[in-house]
Amino acid sequence: MERDSSVFLLGEDIGPFGGAFKATKGFLQHFGEDRVVDTVLAETAILGAATGAAVVGMRPVAEIQFADFVTTGFSQLVNNSASVHYRWHIPCPMVVRLPSGAGIHGGPFHSRNPEAWFFHQPGFKIVAPSTPYDAKGLIKAAVRDNNPVLYLEHKRLYRHIKGEVPDTDYIVEIGKGDVKRTGNDISVITYGSMVHMALEAAEVLQNENGVSVEVIDLRSLMPLDSELIFSSVRKTGKVLIAHEDNITGGIGGEIAAMISDICFQFLDAPIKRIGAIDTPTPYSPTLEEYFLPNTKKVVAALQELAAF
Amino acid sequence: MKEEKKKTTQPRWSDLNLSNEKLIKMYRDMLLIRRFEERAAQEYGKGKIGGFCHLYIGQEATGVGAIAPLREDDFIYTAYRDHGQALARGMDTNGCMAELFGKVTGVSKGMGGSMHFYDLSKGFMGGWGIVGGHPPLAAGSAFATKYQGRDSVTICFMGEASTNQGVFHETLNMAQLWKLPVIFICENNGYGMGTAISRAMAGEELFDKAAGYEMARGAVNGMDVIEMYREMTIAIERARKENLPTFLEARTYRFRGHSMSDPGQYRTKEEIEEYKKRDPIETFGKELVAEGILKQSDIELMDEAIKKEVQEAVEFADASPQPPIEVLYDNIYA
Repeated sequence: MERDSSVFLLGEDIGPFGGAFKATKGFLQHFGEDRVVDTVLAETAILGAATGAAVVGMRPVAEIQFADFVTTGFSQLVNNSASVHYRWHIPCPMVVRLPSGAGIHGGPFHSRNPEAWFFHQPGFKIVAPSTPYDAKGLIKAAVRDNNPVLYLEHKRLYRHIKGEVPDTDYIVEIGKGDVKRTGNDISVITYGSMVHMALEAAEVLQNENGVSVEVIDLRSLMPLDSELIFSSVRKTGKVLIAHEDNITGGIGGEIAAMISDICFQFLDAPIKRIGAIDTPTPYSPTLEEYFLPNTKKVVAALQELAAF
Repeated sequence: MKEEKKKTTQPRWSDLNLSNEKLIKMYRDMLLIRRFEERAAQEYGKGKIGGFCHLYIGQEATGVGAIAPLREDDFIYTAYRDHGQALARGMDTNGCMAELFGKVTGVSKGMGGSMHFYDLSKGFMGGWGIVGGHPPLAAGSAFATKYQGRDSVTICFMGEASTNQGVFHETLNMAQLWKLPVIFICENNGYGMGTAISRAMAGEELFDKAAGYEMARGAVNGMDVIEMYREMTIAIERARKENLPTFLEARTYRFRGHSMSDPGQYRTKEEIEEYKKRDPIETFGKELVAEGILKQSDIELMDEAIKKEVQEAVEFADASPQPPIEVLYDNIYA
């Protein structure tokens, strides 16, 4: 925002309130109300206005208070934002910030992982940082990108993860994954909150089973870093795809199909997937815990793969 | 013709600072739209145009009267029935016809078709195919120009059925609250596809939908290009000078079906004939002749020239190449 005056923020309660999750705390005081625009509670208008502003030279960053609410403005994104460049060859540089994910007892309307809905629609870029370092690098990359970028920020990570963030102006390139842990026996392909569970599980496998697990943090879901995925699978021959979104129709299915298409001859076991079970998100903390993937479930899946 | 000689009163547009040249241009634009679309209908029948084709015939005065008072740096958003406004904005006739033909020389390079005309150099921002989907974009455009310190105005055409969409209300609220230089022109042609407005809207007056947001509003005879021009001049002034939006209900009528595949069983022939007596092109043409601005022979010559222009557009579209398969993948991302 300091380097480009065409960048502005819009969303519900992002001004004096500082955002539902305080992501924009202090922005109003620093950048003023012209650039930190509190909107009415109207997601369709927010996303439509962002699109309209983007095509005439602005770089809007829209906050959707909870990712679940993006459904209200779904048509604006999938029909309008995602197809402007395809139809007319003009850029539509906009970012939609989507606080997503479960594990905070938000119940069925405040816990969704929306990536698969948009993954299916050509025209978007989708990123999902798992660390504070990547969060900064990816938001900068997203703001500077000339396409609509959906930026998934996992709500549980807001408070559960700490990490170093350099003051320097750096970006994390969209479309590039990251090897968070190297290993030789099994690849875990994951992103967002599950990265941390995968790393914990990899440690358990190393210590208890002597199995060396590689953890790939995709960071970008669209475009996918398919080369990184394939090179890891060629090395290990066994794959676990882990995401918090529920399994059926989740992007893990697409990744599995890509791997079987390109790396079939390198596979030593069926591709396994882990995710939430196929139900709406329950409120009851007991049920939610059962519903979500966790480190223990990742460990069990990895042990099963190791034994295959 | 008799009045021509004895005329003592001023023409009704004498307050509008309209030159004869501009008046003739407005007439010509309406006639061009009419002839372009009559020809498009024929080409559709021949299978040259695919998909959907929604004609503007009957509504020409609304588009021309709304667009004529704009500046070159103003922006226009519209819905799927967009040929008329595109031509009124001076978009290339050849490129428009070629877009209908799905050719690479089309205004959207064959990627959009009838509902997705576009020309940034003219500030013509489409052509949006989902009813009620585009008004917030126009608000965003107005937000942007205000933010950028330009005094451009954005106008947004929509059909009356789109005012039943929730986002219409979200957008009006936002536009008034943020004081955006945007004008919403609701082309009320009486039917949302085949559903009469009386079966689709609770309430008496459509323009009163803007009352809840205390937005400047009113209805205008959309069959009369001069009345459209007059009301738009006021609304444009309000937007440009005061950063305030307007909601204008243009009462109009389409002479053809909703699309090319509309048997029209929801309205009577008598009703259509009644409206055709108010044909916006015929009535304005007669008026220009009566005022001595055009002669009937000028109109006939103009019509011939337009028909030739449209014929050339069809030949251009026909001769243009299909988009190469490679472009399918070219522009998903900027």
